[in-house]
Order: sequence, then structure tokens, then C-alpha cells
Amino acid sequence: MKLKIKPNFPLHFMILPGFILVLIYSYGPMAGILIAFEKYIPTKGILHSKWIGFDNFEYMFNQPGIGRVFVNTVYIASMKIIAGLITPLIIALALNEIGRKYFKRLIQTLIYLPYFLSWVILSGILIDILSPSTGIVNHFLQWLGFEPIYFLGSNHWFPYVLVASNEWKEFGFSTIVYLAAITSINPTLYEAGVIDGANRIRQTWHITLPGMRPIIILLATLSLANVLNAGFDQVFNLYSTQVLESGDIIDTVVYRMGLENVQYGPATAIGLLKSVVSTFFISIAYYLAYRLADYRIF
Amino acid sequence: MAHRISIGRRSFHVFNYTFLSVLAFTCLFPLIHVFALSFSSNAAATNGLVSLWPVDFNTRSYEFILREQKFVVALIVSLKRVALGLVVNMILVVLLAYPLSKEARKFRSRTFYAWYFIITILFSGGLIPTYMVVKETNLLDSIWALVLPGAVPVFSVVLLLNFFRGLPKELEEAAFMDGAGQWKVLLRIFVPLSMPAIATITLLTMVGHWNAWFDGLIYMNRPENYPLQSYLQTVLKIDLTKLSSSELSNIEEISDRTIKAAQVFLGALPILIVYPFLQKYFMSGIVLGSVKE
Repeated sequence: MKLKIKPNFPLHFMILPGFILVLIYSYGPMAGILIAFEKYIPTKGILHSKWIGFDNFEYMFNQPGIGRVFVNTVYIASMKIIAGLITPLIIALALNEIGRKYFKRLIQTLIYLPYFLSWVILSGILIDILSPSTGIVNHFLQWLGFEPIYFLGSNHWFPYVLVASNEWKEFGFSTIVYLAAITSINPTLYEAGVIDGANRIRQTWHITLPGMRPIIILLATLSLANVLNAGFDQVFNLYSTQVLESGDIIDTVVYRMGLENVQYGPATAIGLLKSVVSTFFISIAYYLAYRLADYRIF
Repeated sequence: MAHRISIGRRSFHVFNYTFLSVLAFTCLFPLIHVFALSFSSNAAATNGLVSLWPVDFNTRSYEFILREQKFVVALIVSLKRVALGLVVNMILVVLLAYPLSKEARKFRSRTFYAWYFIITILFSGGLIPTYMVVKETNLLDSIWALVLPGAVPVFSVVLLLNFFRGLPKELEEAAFMDGAGQWKVLLRIFVPLSMPAIATITLLTMVGHWNAWFDGLIYMNRPENYPLQSYLQTVLKIDLTKLSSSELSNIEEISDRTIKAAQVFLGALPILIVYPFLQKYFMSGIVLGSVKE
């Protein structure tokens, strides 16, 4: 029997609303990056402001401390990427050794709760518990006989606080992704391993880890996309003038320049630079994920 | 097969159980501590007497907050935002996922549309140009500024379209043969069959809208238009003036402390309420979203 060909007109119609909104709010801003190359004056608008080529970029690169900002961004982001790959892997392997189902479930439930809370809430908590005079963490340190540490006000500690607290929020999620991969490993492999006399350590090394290789590769390649994402939400809520040296990142600079000092041109320029480099990394990330782990977004 | 459990294995188990228990406790402790603080007296909080349990139990902090006009107003803005954002997002996600789930063979323009949306994942205009578009479209200080710029959550679309693709083709073909149109197939077959995926996306969308704070902060000039998270951001953020004088100006911060703790807790409360549901759908969501062929 021959199928009647259905007209595709309704399909176009379904896409239309989303198409228009994306056109305005995603493609519109892409056109707006023109102001990175202009001496932008709001009253003149984008089309009539003076074209100044790369002056905004030059201006940004001559800002004192801008090199520091790039270093901070990449440094914090890389530490987060590495911690974000390793921590959940260890925890997932540890959880996999738990025989009691209810205990395993309980731990899983508890560790990914912070994932769903916003950085506003989590920062509110961190600011309180890390306070040098009243925070419970420092009370504990003092009880152990240490000097109190000003975690959020010290340039030495601040980046580590960022990485650790980011893991606090994120590791539960990745742990579950890893665990899902472990459960999909064919159980007969373990049976064969046992018959061949492999103990748990050897089973982990020769069966579990190789079985997890695709997901590890996938998460590793995808995390490449975040090389310039040091985490605006987190830094913005935790930093202060005292830790600018170690905690200021590209996104916070764009925010302060653009929205606090209303220097649209230079702020857009530096934001554009970040977007372009990020796009490069995101494309590589997806390409590698596609080639190595057969991952496709669409 | 009988296993002989060696001493090494047994001590590993003891270690492992302890390690994971301590880990889970550490994750949860800050939340419990702040919860306890919010119900304690200022004096107990100041003297460091509070750890896991409220000391001098009282609800004064909560009474203070709920009497505060700003908090209640922000809460209402947040509720509106979640409701409106959810409706808009879900309609668009369903409407986009269906055509995009078609094969390019049957729907020629699919490839073009797919790239049209993929490009927005790869490249964005950035903060300032986006702000200017929102301003130019007259959304500043309107609740729509919190809804329209993020109206098309591409990753949710991807999640749902992958679910759609997993549905048996025969259902669709049979419906077409019986004379159903595209709309009917979407609304009467695809949507009802995709409830698990739709429920997951619904929850994640609600959480996303509840948690969003930055858009409120920049698109709202008048603080009475702030959603709750933006309002909390302004009250909870480290006070720069206070911190610059390294020794903290005692009295103010202390009377603030239990109140801030209560604000944190109230801001997290809706998430804690939906958490059991999130949990239930979350696994399926992950499997749908990040690990797929």
C-alpha cells in the first residue's frame, strides 16, 4: 500500500515561534557584536556610531591586570575540569563496591542535592560557614589548634575554595552518569573474571574501567568546551575586591566594564574574544566527542 | 559459588562505608548547619554554639523575613516567572522537538533548522549585546525579560527529540494512514507517550527558572521587580564595605546572621520540596540526555 505523503506545512508552522524568538534573542545579539568595533554611543545607535576597528581591543589589552584575568580564567577553569573528571570517577567506583542497595541509593540521593541549588543559595551558605570570625569551619580549625583562615578574603585560598565548592555542587551529577555507565557493563564479563581468578581490584582495573572508557572519553572531550568558563555565577557571588588578584575572570570583567561602568564597546570586545575562542573549543569538543565517543547532539 | 571474604576485603568494606558516609555528611552538613542557625537565637549563633541542631529554638528570623515587604514581593515575582516561563518553554520545546525529530528524508528543511539551533549552542553574542537586544525590545523591568530571551532551551529540545525518535515508527505511520495530520500525531500520540521525558524536562525547567538570578539582576532596574533569587543575591552577597575593614563590624553582622540563614533556607525550600520527584525522574533524564546513541 502506498502511503499518502503528508504535507510538511504544519512542521514549518510548529518551528516558527521558536525560530523567531531565537532570531531575536540569539541572532540579534550576534549582530550586536558590531559595537566591539565601534566607539559606541547609545544615542547614535549601532548603525551610526563611529567605526574604530580594533581600538576597543587595544584599550582592553592595555588595562592593568588584564593578563592576570586571562591566567585566572584558564587556571580556575582547568582545575575545575580536572577535579570534575576525577572526583566523580573515584566516588562512582567506591559506590559500585557497595553491596547494600538502600545504602547506595541513600548516598546517591544525598550527594547530588547541592546540584539543584543556585549559586546564590550555595554562596550564602559558604559565606556563613567560611567566615573567619563566626564561621563553623574556622571554629573547627581553631578547635584543632590552627589559626583561623580567611578563605574568601585570601588570594592564596580563594581559587581552591572555588574548585572545592564547585565540586560540592557538581560531583553528584557526574557520579551518577558514571554509575549509569558501570551498570551497563555486561555482568558476564565479571563472571568470567571470577572464574579466571581475578580479585575485585583486578576486576575493577580490567573490566570496570575499560567498560567506562567511552563515558570517560565523552565527558573529558565535552569538558574541553569549558576551558574559558571559570564559572561566572559562582565567582560573582563569592568574590570581593580583596580577591580580585586571584579570582577576577573574563566574565566578571565584562560585567563590571559593561554594566557597571557602561563601557559597552570595550566590554563587548573582550566578551567577543571570549566567545570566539570558546566557539573554537566547543567545536573541537563536539568534534572529538563525535569521533571518539560517537556522540551527536542532533 | 562460595566466596571467602578476606580480611583485606573486609577492612576495605569498613573503610568504604565510612568514607562514603563521611562524604555524604560533609555534602549535607552546610545545609543542615544553616537550617539550624536560622532557628537559633542570635546569642547562640554568635557564640558558636550551633552546629547541627537549633539552640534556643525560635522562629523570629522567619517572622522578620515574612513581615518584610520586599521578600514577599520578590517571592510573588518568582512564582509568576516560574509559571510563565514553564508554559512558554514547554510549548516551544514540544513544538520544536517534533519537527526536528523527523528524518531529513521526510522533512527536507530539517537539516537547515537543526543547524539554525545548533549554532546558538556554539556561539553567543555575549552579555552586552544580549542586554542591548532586551533593552531595545522594551523588556527591561518586564517579567517577559526573564522568559523570552531563554524561551528556547535547546538542550531540552534535544532531550525530547531523542525521546521522540525512540518511539516506534509504526504508530506514526498507522495514524497517518488513518488520516491523522501532523498536529494530531504530535498531540495524540507523541506527547502522551513521552510523559516521562516531558515530566523530567518540566521539573528541570521549573528548577532552572526558580534558580535564575542574573537576568533579574540586570534586566530589572527597580528592585521591586526582582525575582526572589535576585533579591537574595543582593542581600546575601559579601558586603564589600564590611569586608574591606578586615575585622568584622560585629553587631550588624551578627543580628544579620540568623536572618540570612533563614533567607537561604527559604530560597532553597522549593527545591527541597520537589527534590524527591527530581530524583525519581533524574536518572531517566540523564540516560536520555547525556548517554545516547
